[in-house]
Amino acid sequence: MADKFKNKVLAWVDHRLPILSFLKEHLADKPEPKNLNYMWNFGSLAGIMLVIMIVTGLFLAMHYTPHVSHAFSSVEMIMRNVNYGWLLRYAHMNGASMFFIIIYLHICRGIYYGSYKEPRELLWIIGVVIFLMMMATAFMGYVLPWGQMSFWGATVITNLFSAIPFVGESIVTWLWGGFSVDNPTLNRFFVLHYLVPFLIVGVVLIHLIALSTHGSNNPEGKEPPKAEKIPFHPYYTVKDLFGLGVFFTIYATFIFFAPNFFGEPDNYIPANPLVTPPHIVPEWYFLPFYAILRSVPDKLGGVILMIGAILIWTVLPWLDTLKVRSSRYRPIFRVLYFTWIASCFILGWCGMNAPEGIYLWAGRAATLYYFAFFLSLPLVGKLEMKLFPETLKKGMFVLLLCFSSVSLHGHGQEVKVQKWSFNGPFGTFDRGSLQRGFQVYKEVCSACHGMGYLTFKDLEDLGFNKAQIKALASQVEIKDGPNDEGKMFTRPGRPSDSFPSPFENEKAARFANNGAYPPDLSLMVKARKGGADYLYGLLTGYKNPPKDVTIASGMYYNEVYPGHQIAMPAPLKEDGIKYDGGVKATLEQQARDIVTFLAFASEPEMEERKRLGIKVLIFLIFLTALFWGVKQAVWANIKHKDKE
Amino acid sequence: MNDNHKKNEDEKLENPGRREFLTATAAAAGLLGVGACVWPLINSMNPSKDVLSLGTMDVDISKIEKGHGITVMWRGKPVFIKHRTDEEIKSVQSVALSELIDPAEDKSRAKNPSWLVVIGVCTHLGCVPNGQKASDNKGSFGGWFCPCHGSEYDVSGRVRKGPAPKNLEIPPYTFVNDGKTIRIG
Repeated sequence: MADKFKNKVLAWVDHRLPILSFLKEHLADKPEPKNLNYMWNFGSLAGIMLVIMIVTGLFLAMHYTPHVSHAFSSVEMIMRNVNYGWLLRYAHMNGASMFFIIIYLHICRGIYYGSYKEPRELLWIIGVVIFLMMMATAFMGYVLPWGQMSFWGATVITNLFSAIPFVGESIVTWLWGGFSVDNPTLNRFFVLHYLVPFLIVGVVLIHLIALSTHGSNNPEGKEPPKAEKIPFHPYYTVKDLFGLGVFFTIYATFIFFAPNFFGEPDNYIPANPLVTPPHIVPEWYFLPFYAILRSVPDKLGGVILMIGAILIWTVLPWLDTLKVRSSRYRPIFRVLYFTWIASCFILGWCGMNAPEGIYLWAGRAATLYYFAFFLSLPLVGKLEMKLFPETLKKGMFVLLLCFSSVSLHGHGQEVKVQKWSFNGPFGTFDRGSLQRGFQVYKEVCSACHGMGYLTFKDLEDLGFNKAQIKALASQVEIKDGPNDEGKMFTRPGRPSDSFPSPFENEKAARFANNGAYPPDLSLMVKARKGGADYLYGLLTGYKNPPKDVTIASGMYYNEVYPGHQIAMPAPLKEDGIKYDGGVKATLEQQARDIVTFLAFASEPEMEERKRLGIKVLIFLIFLTALFWGVKQAVWANIKHKDKE
Repeated sequence: MNDNHKKNEDEKLENPGRREFLTATAAAAGLLGVGACVWPLINSMNPSKDVLSLGTMDVDISKIEKGHGITVMWRGKPVFIKHRTDEEIKSVQSVALSELIDPAEDKSRAKNPSWLVVIGVCTHLGCVPNGQKASDNKGSFGGWFCPCHGSEYDVSGRVRKGPAPKNLEIPPYTFVNDGKTIRIG
C-alpha cells in the first residue's frame, strides 16, 4: 500500500486514510477507451458547471433577500452595488443556460452512442434523475428575482399540479402556502433552490460510482480489450481541459457581451400579481416540454404527456434492446435519431410562439414523433437485424455543436434599429449624450417618473464632480423620518439618495395620471423588448391617428407602442428644452440623448463589464491554445503508436 | 500500467523538454485563471457601494440638557452624544495623562468641550457600554461601564479600567446650524 507514493507524507496519510489511492485508482488511473471523441467532454464539463453554479449561487445568496417586497430590489442591489455583483449574477444566470446546453448534449451523446444499454442502465436512469432535479432547481431559481416572468412562470408551473384529479387543488395550495404565489412560496423556493443542488452533488457521486463500475462507453459501442485502454490522466484530463477552455470562452462571451441573451425583458419588471404579461414563455430549456404540454387540448393529458416525455427516457434501455450500441452501425436508428433531434428543435420553436395555427399543428406533429421515436425502438432493432446484418459501414456523423441561435423574442412591434454609441463589444456611452439625456430626464421625465435604483452618486460616471452632484441632489426633496417627534419630514436630497418618484405611491400616481402609472425608469431599457431601439421609436413615434382608428379619451396614438394607444402624452417637443454647447434640441436628438441616459441607468456596469470581458476573453483564448498544445503533446504518443 | 506508459512515452517523445515546458506554462496559466476567479467572489463580501455611501446624518442637539445624552445610530452602530456639565469637563481635563491606559487629552477628543461624540462600542469585544440612562451603572469614573467584561470609561470616553485597550472611537462630525445640529459622517 504505502509504496504507492514516493512522497513520505503522502504515503503516511494514505496508509491511514486511503483517500489518495482511491482517487488515483478511480480517477487518475481509470482505464478509458482510446477513441473517446469530444462528445465525451460534456460529463466533466457538467460537473464543473455544477460547481460554478453552487459557488456563484452561494455568494449571491449572501446578498439576496427572499421576501416579496425586497427580492427584486435586492437583485438590483447585487447588480449595482455589490462588488462584482453583476458578474456573479450574470455568471449564475447564463450558467444555468450553459448547464442545460451541456446536459442536453450529454444526454444526446448517450442516446446516439447507446450509452444506456446493458450494463449501464442504472447509470442512465440516475442521469435522468439528475436531470429532473436540475429542472426543479432551475425553475425555482428563476422565481427568485421576482420579476414578472418569475411570478407568472411560478404561477403557471405550480398550477400544473391542479390537473391531478381530486387532490390537485389542495396540492397547489400546499405548494403555495397560500391562495396564490406569494411570500411563503418565494421563501420555500429559495430554501429548496439552495438545497437541491447539494442533493444533485450526492446523486452525481452515485452516477460516477455507476460509471466507474463498467467504465465509459465509446463511439464504437464495443468494449475495447483492457490492454487497449489508456489511463484517464493525463490523456483525458488534458482533452477535457482543452474542451473546458473552449467552453469557458463561449460562456464568457455571453456573460460579458450578451448577458441577457437568454433572458426575458419582462423579468426586469417587478412581479405584479394583477397583470399577466401578454406573452409568457418559460426559459428556453423548458420550451420543448412546454410545447408538448400545450399540444394536448386536455389539461390532465397535457401534464401527463409532458412528464411522460422525460420519464420515457428511463425505460429506454428496455425499449431499445438491440445489442449493438453505437449509431455508427445502425443506419435506421441514426436517421430516426436525427429526426428526433429535429423534432425537439421544432418543439422548442413552437414553445416560443403562441399555440395557434402552424405552431399548434407543428407542435402536435413533433410531439407525436417525439414519442413515436421511443416507442418504435423495439421494432427498429429487429428491422436492422434483418436488413443490415453486417453493420460494418462506418457511421458518418456530424453533430452541430453550435446551438442554433434562436431569437427568444417572439413577434413584438416592428422597431427600427438605431445606431448607438453603447452597442458592440467596445461600445461606451457617449458622455455628451449622457449629460444631455440627464438634462432631458431632469426637465421632462422626472415630472412623472422616478428612478428608484439610480442614485445621484452614480452620476459621477456622467462626468459630474462631487460638488455638482451634491448640488444636483439638494435640488430634490426626499421624504425621511420619523424624527424625534415621530413625524415624517422632507429634507434636501443627498448623493446617496435615488431619484424619487414625484408621487407618494402608486395610487397617487394613477390618480394624477388618468389611471395610468408612470413606471420607474431605472430599468426601462432592459425591461422592454427591443430595448433602446424600442424606446427611441416610442419617443419619436407620436403621430396623428389613422382615420379608421378611434382613440379613447386621455390616450394618444403611438406607432410603436403595443396596441398604439398610450396614456403618456408626447413628452418631447422640438426645441422643448435648451441644450448648452450649441447642440440643437431636435426631437430626434432629445430622444437619442434620453435613451442613452436610460440605457446607462439600466446598466451602469456596462462599460466595466465590457472592459473586463475583453481581458477575460484574451486570457481564455490564450489558455485554450495552451491546453490544446499540451493535449497534442500528450496524445502524440498514442497517435504515434497507432500508426505503427 | 501508468508507469509503463510513462516509460514508453518518454522513449518515443522527440522533445520531452518542450512538453514539460508547455505543461508547466498551461498549469501556471490555469492556476492564475482560477485565482482571478476567486477575487470577485471574495470582494463581493466587502461592503457594497450603497453601504459605503451611507453618508451623513444630522442630529438636532438643541433640546439636550446639560448632563444628559442621547444615543443615535450611525452606520449600524450606536453613537453617544453627551452634553457635559462644567464639573464633568473640569474633571476630565484635569486628569494627568500618565494615569491613562490610552493617553489622550480631552481637548483632542471634544471639538467643543460641552459636547462629547463617541462611538458607543467597547474597544474590547464590541459590546455597548452602559451609562446613557440615569439609572445605569456608569462605573467609578462617571462615564460608561461595559457590562460584558467590566471595562470603565470616563466622560471623555477614555478607557480607565481594562480589559479594553483603547479609548472609545470618535466618529467624524461637525457642528452645523450655529451649533444646534451635529452632522455625523
